Amino acid sequence: MSKSAKTKKEKWDISDVQNWGPGRHEMGATIPESGNADDYETGGWRSERPVRDLEKCNDCMICYFACPDSSIRVENDKMVDFDLEHCKGCGICGQVCPRDAIEMMNEIKACKLEEK
Amino acid sequence: MARKAITGNGAIALALKQVEPDVMAAYPITPQTEIAQNYAQYVANGDVVTEYIAVESEHSAMSAAIGSAAAGARTITATSSQGFALMWEMLFIAASLRLPITMPVITRALSGPINIHCDHSDSMGGRDCGWIQLYGEDAQEGYDNAIQAFRIAEHMDVRLPVMTMIDGFIISGAIGPVETLDDEQVKEFAGDYVSVNPLLNVEKPVTVGAFDSLGGWYFEHKVTQNRAMENAMDVIEEVGREFGELTGREYSHFKTHEIEDADIVLVAIGSAAGNVKTVVKKLRTEGKKVGVLKVRTFRPFPTEQIREALSGAKVIGVMDRSDSFGAQGGPLFTEISAAMYGADAHPQIINFIYGLGGRDLFPDDIEGAVEMLEKAAAGEPVAQQRHYLNVREG
Repeated sequence: MSKSAKTKKEKWDISDVQNWGPGRHEMGATIPESGNADDYETGGWRSERPVRDLEKCNDCMICYFACPDSSIRVENDKMVDFDLEHCKGCGICGQVCPRDAIEMMNEIKACKLEEK
Repeated sequence: MARKAITGNGAIALALKQVEPDVMAAYPITPQTEIAQNYAQYVANGDVVTEYIAVESEHSAMSAAIGSAAAGARTITATSSQGFALMWEMLFIAASLRLPITMPVITRALSGPINIHCDHSDSMGGRDCGWIQLYGEDAQEGYDNAIQAFRIAEHMDVRLPVMTMIDGFIISGAIGPVETLDDEQVKEFAGDYVSVNPLLNVEKPVTVGAFDSLGGWYFEHKVTQNRAMENAMDVIEEVGREFGELTGREYSHFKTHEIEDADIVLVAIGSAAGNVKTVVKKLRTEGKKVGVLKVRTFRPFPTEQIREALSGAKVIGVMDRSDSFGAQGGPLFTEISAAMYGADAHPQIINFIYGLGGRDLFPDDIEGAVEMLEKAAAGEPVAQQRHYLNVREG
């Protein structure tokens, strides 16, 4: 499911949280909503990123099930791309791919390629 | 109501049964074992609907209790000594997550050397873990405190876990008279459990125990924990008054005996307070102006009330059943000393350490302590710190 397709009932408004005193917080440091791991971008932890060979990939979805971080984006039964805002570069997708369609690329190198 | 001959542990297990919480997660340990055993028996007999989680350690017991309470269940456990120590890291988490777990603690020495007998090293060691601490003198107070603990913990201005202490073996294993309430009376007093942000509420999903992140709000949450402690000061008294209306046994933060005109006041906590009271009664017949203050609430510490109660004393003897190695004295001594620093008049305060590892405290020991306090009252120099009662010299 893509990030944009997610619907949330209500969003916990923490826009002003830097100014919250003790009285403003939820009791016991509870977070009063679900699904907010989406808001926590962890892509910056990555030292390697997955790169897909579009010719080899046949959308078998094994990487989708193996990814520990829901970072394989799928739309209409097709693998679309990687969610690089959350992918930590663990490489499991590449390991499990039966067609060797995913390779891990050095993150700095990938960024330089992107710049070009 | 009924009058029963029952052990301290038996009385507490009965109180828990009468409240009938949703979950008990406990591991047996001397001298608490009878509570875990009796409660497991209640469950096996079908006397209660409580889910009994037989865990593999006290670390697991408190972890399971935290999970259960976070899920939204009224939850209890019970422990002693090494079991208390094994719960250590989880005790802080229960308090910081504001989970109103209640836990009888049957006080016992901490190893080593290995010792199974009574002192307050376990519970006093846990005095800063964020739990409310109530100390009972006898089986009756153990029973009464175990019931009141639910109301205090679950009060919306508090929502903190509560531990209720009685002295291991001396009270836990001794049979004494206990006035018990009927099951319906206890259930009505405890009331229905109301959970806050329970994990099992699918209508309002929540996250409990998340990482506070770097530069987060840990500090603000610690402030709210202390505010809850401050709120508990009044709540403990309210609940104690209401319990008094029901039973005729009213509770507050401490109890005094003959202190109004006393030059010398002994401060004690736990079962020894009864022994001290007996000695005080005898010394009063000899015309000595001696009184006793028995501390019930140790966390939150009733600083101002105790300061006022002790303001007329010339000399105060503080009796600690645990030591705080390298500190100025035992935990009760340092609290009382700090409280009296803010008083207009500064009485001399002398610390007695007694009963470590179950060492007996005889009436003669208490009288010896009073003699020392009399010397101090007469102006003779007496050291302030650590007079050991009934320790072998040499």
